[in-house]
Amino acid sequence: MNDSRFATRSELIGILVLAVLLVVILPLCLDVFRLNLVAKYLTYAFVALGLVICWGYGGILSLGQGVFFGLGGYCMAMFLKLEASSVENTKIQSTPGIPDFMDWNQITALPFFWKPFHSLTFTIAAVILVPGIFALIIGAAMFKRRVGGTYFAIITQAVAAILTILIVGQQGYTGGINGMTDLRTLKGWDIRPDHAKVVLYFFEVGLLFACIFIAQFVRHSKLGRILVAMRDQEDRVRFSGYSVANFKIFAFCIAAIFAAIGGAMFALNVGFMSPSFVGIVPSIEMVIYTAVGGRLSILGAVYGTILVNFAKTSLSESFPELWLFGLGGLFIAVVLAFPNGLAGIWGDYVQPRISKLIGTRKPKSDWTDNSVADGAPAE
Amino acid sequence: MFGDYSIGDLGSIFVMQGFAGLILFSVYVLMALGLAIIFGQMGVINMAHGEFMILGAYVTWMTSNFFQSYLPSLFSGYFFLAMVLAFLASGALGMLVEWMLIRHLYKRPLDTLLATWGLSLMLQQAYRSIFGAREVGVELPQWMLGSLHVTDAIEVPINGVFVMGLTVLITIGVAYIMFRSRWGRQVRAVVQNRIMAGAVGINTAKVDRYTFALGCGIAGVAGSAFTMIGSTGPTSGQLYIVDTFLVVVFGGAASLLGTIASAFSISQTQSTLEFFMSGSMAKVLTLLAVVGILMLRPQGLFALKVRK
Amino acid sequence: MSDEANKGLLSPLRRKLLMGMAAVPAMTMLPRASFAQAPATSAVNTTGLAVTDTEVTVGILHSATGTMAISETGSIEAEKLAIEQINAAGGVLGRKIKFIQEDGASDWPTFAEKAKKLLVNDKVAAIMGCWTSASRKAVLPVVEQYNGMLYYPTFYEGLEQSKNVIYTGQEATQQILAGLNWIAKEKGAKTFFFIGSDYIWPRTSNKIARKHVENVLKGKVVGEEYYPLGNTQFNSVINKIKLTKPDVIFTDVVGGSNVAFYKQLKAAGIDLAKQALLTISVTEDEIDGIGGENIAGAYACMKYFQSLDNPNNKAFVPAFKKMWGEKTVIGDVTQAAYLGPWLWKLTVEKAGSFDIDKIAAASPGVEFKGAPEGYVRIHENHHLWSKTRVGRAKLDGQFELIYETADLVEPDPFPKGYQ
Repeated sequence: MNDSRFATRSELIGILVLAVLLVVILPLCLDVFRLNLVAKYLTYAFVALGLVICWGYGGILSLGQGVFFGLGGYCMAMFLKLEASSVENTKIQSTPGIPDFMDWNQITALPFFWKPFHSLTFTIAAVILVPGIFALIIGAAMFKRRVGGTYFAIITQAVAAILTILIVGQQGYTGGINGMTDLRTLKGWDIRPDHAKVVLYFFEVGLLFACIFIAQFVRHSKLGRILVAMRDQEDRVRFSGYSVANFKIFAFCIAAIFAAIGGAMFALNVGFMSPSFVGIVPSIEMVIYTAVGGRLSILGAVYGTILVNFAKTSLSESFPELWLFGLGGLFIAVVLAFPNGLAGIWGDYVQPRISKLIGTRKPKSDWTDNSVADGAPAE
Repeated sequence: MFGDYSIGDLGSIFVMQGFAGLILFSVYVLMALGLAIIFGQMGVINMAHGEFMILGAYVTWMTSNFFQSYLPSLFSGYFFLAMVLAFLASGALGMLVEWMLIRHLYKRPLDTLLATWGLSLMLQQAYRSIFGAREVGVELPQWMLGSLHVTDAIEVPINGVFVMGLTVLITIGVAYIMFRSRWGRQVRAVVQNRIMAGAVGINTAKVDRYTFALGCGIAGVAGSAFTMIGSTGPTSGQLYIVDTFLVVVFGGAASLLGTIASAFSISQTQSTLEFFMSGSMAKVLTLLAVVGILMLRPQGLFALKVRK
Repeated sequence: MSDEANKGLLSPLRRKLLMGMAAVPAMTMLPRASFAQAPATSAVNTTGLAVTDTEVTVGILHSATGTMAISETGSIEAEKLAIEQINAAGGVLGRKIKFIQEDGASDWPTFAEKAKKLLVNDKVAAIMGCWTSASRKAVLPVVEQYNGMLYYPTFYEGLEQSKNVIYTGQEATQQILAGLNWIAKEKGAKTFFFIGSDYIWPRTSNKIARKHVENVLKGKVVGEEYYPLGNTQFNSVINKIKLTKPDVIFTDVVGGSNVAFYKQLKAAGIDLAKQALLTISVTEDEIDGIGGENIAGAYACMKYFQSLDNPNNKAFVPAFKKMWGEKTVIGDVTQAAYLGPWLWKLTVEKAGSFDIDKIAAASPGVEFKGAPEGYVRIHENHHLWSKTRVGRAKLDGQFELIYETADLVEPDPFPKGYQ
């Protein structure tokens, strides 16, 4: 196989198929409302991508990705909220010019940590850096002490619980359980009308592909191979002289930053940010998107996210009761029968048949290769 | 804040507050024991633990309804039968789940987390379909309500005493099973070295199944007991899950003694803090302290040295 | 306008749903009332809402799953009952009401998404929905952007007013002030202890209550405590209550916490027959879970109790039980949800049109004489004039009416002197 530094041929085809689907087919087939829904789903795909790197390759299961999604989203929402709370818009408040929820909580001046969020440049930097640094701190504290596996999962869960209680409790500064609602404009550009939703969609798809390329790069670099080696035989990697902790921290930070970008795009697309994305339940749901798509497949993560969310929306529209049974069953099925998710099904069953049909024989691959042979699941 | 009160008032409040901490401690131990067995001994992360508890609560509710309708004369004693039934129901469900789900996943502990999460969603929806979305009120016999009057300021809640007594009994029972019985020896052998245990003739599959069922059964009893102090609804189980896991992890996964010690320290910290600040902040600080200590000492309070 | 662009693109799901609706048994059992002499659709519907010559579609948007399903189930039931009754009485402007039910799944963004679907894809003429403040806050920008009409049933914290929302529950001052006045006078209460769940409604309500206690009643708040939603351990706060010995415990704890709080209060030996407790968050619905024996003696400040003795309520309660079962109970919010479809129908008939702008303009002054709580009227600020009532919880889970204001209380979502 002509294995370039970046992607194999089949991976390139897969990326191309996904690009055609997202850039051409979906915008043509869906009305703006549905397209906006897809945009919302894709914000979770960023999280799923990050999980592929940190969980699939690195073997670090984080049940707190909602924390980073939330941090990114809140940074962006703070900027948008400030812009929506101009003095003219908030005339009826006792203190005009501050966000409405602060006024309801008798806060009379903008808190100091809100002030920098008047600047878009600062906000964009914060979207990346705040979650990145937070992940660095958690990662350094945990991985240097060789905390891993189930312990790490449970501790990240506790972090998610803490942050949720904090956001809900400090409602004067965060909007509490209501979150930050009614976000309107970005630098004077109204994000609510349909044409803005379309622009945002394409912008988001662009960002998503940027992240896919970064993920591809990580996977094909030496770094990616060390991550996989570490997941399978951590001690041997350590004895070979690598600093296992640093690689883990790196993977965890990348995952956190991806999640934060998704969160920021969520705030833009939906015009909304609330603590209900920070907690344990959304964090676990995000893990399941990855698992359904195939935890080892970069593209699978995107498909998995779209499919699960699509099923969620359509099932819960018609049969809200069935939906939870369906979702629960999906979790169990993916774990029990298809540990490599959609990508695994594609790689094991669909692709060989297609290859046979076309007549190009692929060399039989071993487990890891096989399971990371991504590509589009059946469309 | 204490300036306005007499010494006697303060004294009795501290007694009461200590007692509140003890109740919280019992609640934590009850929640965590089942999980400590499953997670600590088997390495399985059972995210459906809360739902097993709620199954116990619903069984209690049904038993109470049954007694009210058919055996009103025996109503005052129904709770004991309810707890036994809760144990059996949750244990049986646990056995079924182990057979259908968990036994395929022993080599992939992180995946048990996802699968049992799926299970918890399905159980929640099942409860909602069967018992309705609304909470149900479990009626207690008269003698379990109210409090024992010690002094004017010190009143001891009967249900608190009941939960404490139950906790002590179950803890002793579990300790006996684990450390004195033949079966407990087998469980510990399997934990320490599965292959060797199998090689010397222990039926490890059977041991696993009964261990899981025991853990779930204890969860059922806990749920049954919690009908006295908490709510019973399809999603009530979710309220307990984070606290429960933290107690177990903080204690050191494989150690029952650790679970008890950690339940004690977390509950005392929280109930002391609650007295000086709002409940929300107390919770945040307690969780932060636990996470902070876990970062410094990841193996938890008591670690069991196991050759892997 | 986006609506034009989407007109041709009806989602297949919507069609499926509409077809599914026809199969709902409750709807097919309706007597074929006279749907004659309806005004022409082109005249009453100029903005392209889902109104045909024989039917009009509204949306029901509540949580059928998730933690809030416990509370919102009653609202869904009440709204369905009202719609069935309206249809049996001839519908709205000669049109039968159809409803599309969406599940908010106790998740605020889902509420926003579903509201948008109802307005953009289904073009519903009104939405009956939301329960928590958070879900309303999420839906509000959507109904304002797409110009929909939301009938919101829950008592809430106020500080809000919208052309596109009719608030059929009480805002905070309407619910709280009269109750505090009553208990201060009746019990000579001077000291109050506040305890609530930690989110915006209890905090705002307690803020208003505190101002009222301190400035008007000249009393003292001896404690104010908040616990996270879903908290189940209240022994510490109960000890603080014992230490401070307040004349009145004033509570706005919600959800599963409620059950834990009252059970533990009872167990700690606080006898609600002797210790006055005023709650603004417990209705008959909650008592079902708490258990009457744990809360008997507590006072609740609401606008409706199932036990109200008036002809409207005497007809409403049996109708509700007939549709949803003998064991169901009806709380304050359930009744307020029942008002939604009726008020909408009356407003549409007053305006002679389904157009949102005309309904919004016609709403103030609309009267509903058949309300189970008695007579209600919509205020210029889109809230309801309604009475404040205090009831005492009984062992059987019902409230006994103790006090009601002589007149309707004016809604005041932005109360001066309370902010």
